Amino acid sequence: MAGRLLILDQMTRAEPLSFQDLILTLHAYWSEQGCVILQPHDVEVGAGTLHPATVLRALGKKPWRAAYVQPSRRPGDGRYGENPNRLQHYYQYQVILKPNPINMQALYLGSLRAIGLDPTLHDVRFVEDDWENPTVGAWGLGWEVWCDGMEVSQYTYFQQVGGLDVDLVAGELTYGLERLAMYVQGVDSIFDLKFNKAGVTYGEVFLENERQGSTFNFEVADVDTLKRQFEDMERQVPRILAHKGPQGQPVVLPAYDHVLKASHLFNLMDARGAIAVAERQNYIGRIRDLAKMCAQKWVEAEQGEDARG
Amino acid sequence: MAELLLELFSEEIPARMQRQAADDLARLVRSGLQEAGVDVSDVQTLAGPRRLTLIATGLPLSQPDRSEERKGPRANAPEQALAGFLRSTGLTREQLVERDGILYATIEKKGRQTAEIIAELVDKVVRTFPWPKSMRWGSGTLRWVRPLQRIVCLLDGQVVPFEIDGVASADLTEGHRFMGDPAPFRVTSAADYRQKLEAHHVVLSAADRRQRILDGARAVCAVRGLELVEDDGLLEEVSGLAEWPTPLLGDMDPAFLTLPPEVIRTSMRTHQKYFAVRQPGQPGLAPHFVTVANIAPLDGGRLVLAGNSKVLSGRLSDARFFWSEDRKVPLDARLDKLKGVTFHAKLGTMYQRVERIEALARRIAPLVGAEPDLAARAAHLAKADLGTGMVGEFPELQGIMGGYYARGIEPDAVADAIRDHYKPQGPGDTVPDAPVTVAVALADKIDTLTSFFSIDEKPTGSRDPFALRRAALGVIRLILTNRVRVGLRSLFPAEVQDDLAAFFADRLKVMLKDEGRRHDLVDAVFALGDDDLVRVVARIDALTEHFQSQDIEALLAGYNRAANILKAEARKGTLPTGPVKVLPGAPVAEAELIGSLVHVAPLVEAAVRNEQFGPAMSTLGDLRQAIDAFFEQVLVNDPDPDIRDNRLKLLTQIRDTFHIVADFSLIGG
Repeated sequence: MAGRLLILDQMTRAEPLSFQDLILTLHAYWSEQGCVILQPHDVEVGAGTLHPATVLRALGKKPWRAAYVQPSRRPGDGRYGENPNRLQHYYQYQVILKPNPINMQALYLGSLRAIGLDPTLHDVRFVEDDWENPTVGAWGLGWEVWCDGMEVSQYTYFQQVGGLDVDLVAGELTYGLERLAMYVQGVDSIFDLKFNKAGVTYGEVFLENERQGSTFNFEVADVDTLKRQFEDMERQVPRILAHKGPQGQPVVLPAYDHVLKASHLFNLMDARGAIAVAERQNYIGRIRDLAKMCAQKWVEAEQGEDARG
Repeated sequence: MAELLLELFSEEIPARMQRQAADDLARLVRSGLQEAGVDVSDVQTLAGPRRLTLIATGLPLSQPDRSEERKGPRANAPEQALAGFLRSTGLTREQLVERDGILYATIEKKGRQTAEIIAELVDKVVRTFPWPKSMRWGSGTLRWVRPLQRIVCLLDGQVVPFEIDGVASADLTEGHRFMGDPAPFRVTSAADYRQKLEAHHVVLSAADRRQRILDGARAVCAVRGLELVEDDGLLEEVSGLAEWPTPLLGDMDPAFLTLPPEVIRTSMRTHQKYFAVRQPGQPGLAPHFVTVANIAPLDGGRLVLAGNSKVLSGRLSDARFFWSEDRKVPLDARLDKLKGVTFHAKLGTMYQRVERIEALARRIAPLVGAEPDLAARAAHLAKADLGTGMVGEFPELQGIMGGYYARGIEPDAVADAIRDHYKPQGPGDTVPDAPVTVAVALADKIDTLTSFFSIDEKPTGSRDPFALRRAALGVIRLILTNRVRVGLRSLFPAEVQDDLAAFFADRLKVMLKDEGRRHDLVDAVFALGDDDLVRVVARIDALTEHFQSQDIEALLAGYNRAANILKAEARKGTLPTGPVKVLPGAPVAEAELIGSLVHVAPLVEAAVRNEQFGPAMSTLGDLRQAIDAFFEQVLVNDPDPDIRDNRLKLLTQIRDTFHIVADFSLIGG
């Protein structure tokens, strides 16, 4: 493993990491720290945190270490592919270490070195940013990590998830992969990023997705349909949670997927400008209530499991 | 005498909390030592991104020994009582002293070791530290602002041993995170600590970091013939973000200078924490910025600056995208969008709010010398920028952007009003004086107030989620600064008139008292229930001026005597009413007072009607001698009921004359 890291490190000196090699390097690094390397969750989410491997696993008393890439959708951030720095569909690299080891900051800085960012040449700073995701009733304290004035990661110590105090504090890292890659490769536009070493660019892979996605998000998405679907999802969550699995456990994971869908529908309505300032809180509150139900059931299920032994 | 060195070394402490944390640490340790009877001559604390440090001098190594006398049983008390006392004191009968038949024990208490006291004190301070926000980490239960990594605690060069939730005290600390040797190192004293940290690239004191940034930033600007746009708030923040702050001057693509300077500065400040830069003596900004790095990079900052320039370009590209997109749609055409934006669930849409503000601005316009059509037009467009991309990105630019987008299309007075109608936003903000702006600014705030009052969302205690107190204060300042003559009540719908009038009275009272006006004078004027704020304040000012003179005490004494007698009589039954007559055989003093009143009362009334409050007060003063003479020579409570009633009527008339100016019964409390 150390050999592999060394090879990747030497590669960064010769030629900056491609987008996919950046991901592979982070996988190798965090795999070495005992993380389960997962694949993305297959439901649209606004952030990597919302993957059940983070939100739900942050609850309860079981230690857990995972790392994964999560495609993240922020419909309102679409710019029709015309802004070199903004996308409505992008990738986050997510790491969760629960409980956080005391040297977690050092581990994080090690990951920056692994991808070629030397903190004696680059200005790395930890700037207060208390993370909060009101739609899942989660918050924690931490920082935005800045590299030369650019936010390259969000670093959070979870304190509450689904409205519940956590038992063990998870340290969570979120890397904005495109930004980080732009930085490492020294390009000015996301679309010029080298996706791989064979010369395929990020633009070739995703520019069209941005154009069409932005058009859909801002112009085409049908508000009435979104609203109806939101309400459907909302009704489904308690119904699903009322069912039991083969060991008598509540059916939390599928219910949580429905919460994620509701959350994405809300983001789409928001991008369409269909959510008024005062309504916002109401919608967010409704999603949070659903997320809380799931969190509650998740913790109950773990307790039930402990009881069964 | 010993020195105490305490360092609480953690992960990065939020910049905004460092100053208060240093003060709190000094206060808590000082008071803790004091409580334990440990003297200390000097306590100094230092705060930075990763450490809180306390250096105290002049501590003894132990508490002084104390002897304490304890009272025991009577000398002739039963055996059992004595035995119990001896047990509890650990002494023998021979060691007790007898005084006045009672036994006393003298207990010698050896002073505790200071180290022991400090160990307990630090534990308590850490566990109860008043961070505005704190957290747990790992599997522990301790709370600190961020994970606490190390504690250095040395008394007289020796480690004070203790452990707090797994963190053991020691003599080891770390230097700068990235510069120099990263290994922890030993410190032996405060002087050694300071010297080694300096060598390890840590500027300990916030004041030193601020000065270093300011000097460095000015210097990097001067080299290129530029000037730093100073910003104290930003300086305070960035000095808490780096242990080895190093200002670097970077370049911004000059093409971005076509953006409004407010946009560039807001983007630099809020997103990037950069200082803006200008050409000396020239308006606008220069195409540069100053960033404050945490390292002195080996390449002179080439990579750091290249990165920062790129990030800024990204930010400003976004701003430019909004700037060009926003201007494609005239503000007029954005209003429809507000129809779909709920202002508040119970208060309808933003568009409806705009309609209300528009109608109100039109009504207010003549009161402030503004053209009603212009005021209505400005109000119509005032909120249209809420739908623009730029305001979505930088909410603090609301109004300012609308002003830009309206400029050249609408009359200047309208663009100015859109720009400034949120003012004044706080006690330090300027108050607009352009008539159209004043009309819209008043209409905006009054609509906010009447709307939320109408759905019973009034501020309570410290809860004021819709910033209604600030809105009311804004209205008050607009009215007073521009001397807007209006009965406030007439601007409110009937159903909230009373509540709002009372709310405004409260806010104005608070403001006047904050400005140092005597609260009883303020109350005396408010009791009259006037809702013309300009007149209310003029009255208070006149009273205030008169109450600085000596004579007023005597005048007030006369008033109080009259008022007290009336109060006492009122308790016994109904006071007689009606005209006062000079009864046959009335004493001279009574006749003269009646004569004075007949003369003075209409004068006071006329002066007040003409808002000549100073002269009204002086005229009241003319009554003083007649009142004094009356009370000296005449007994109100005459056995003849007719005479008595006539005198009570006279006193009533005196009181009422005073009350034309203010409710004097509330003065002097």
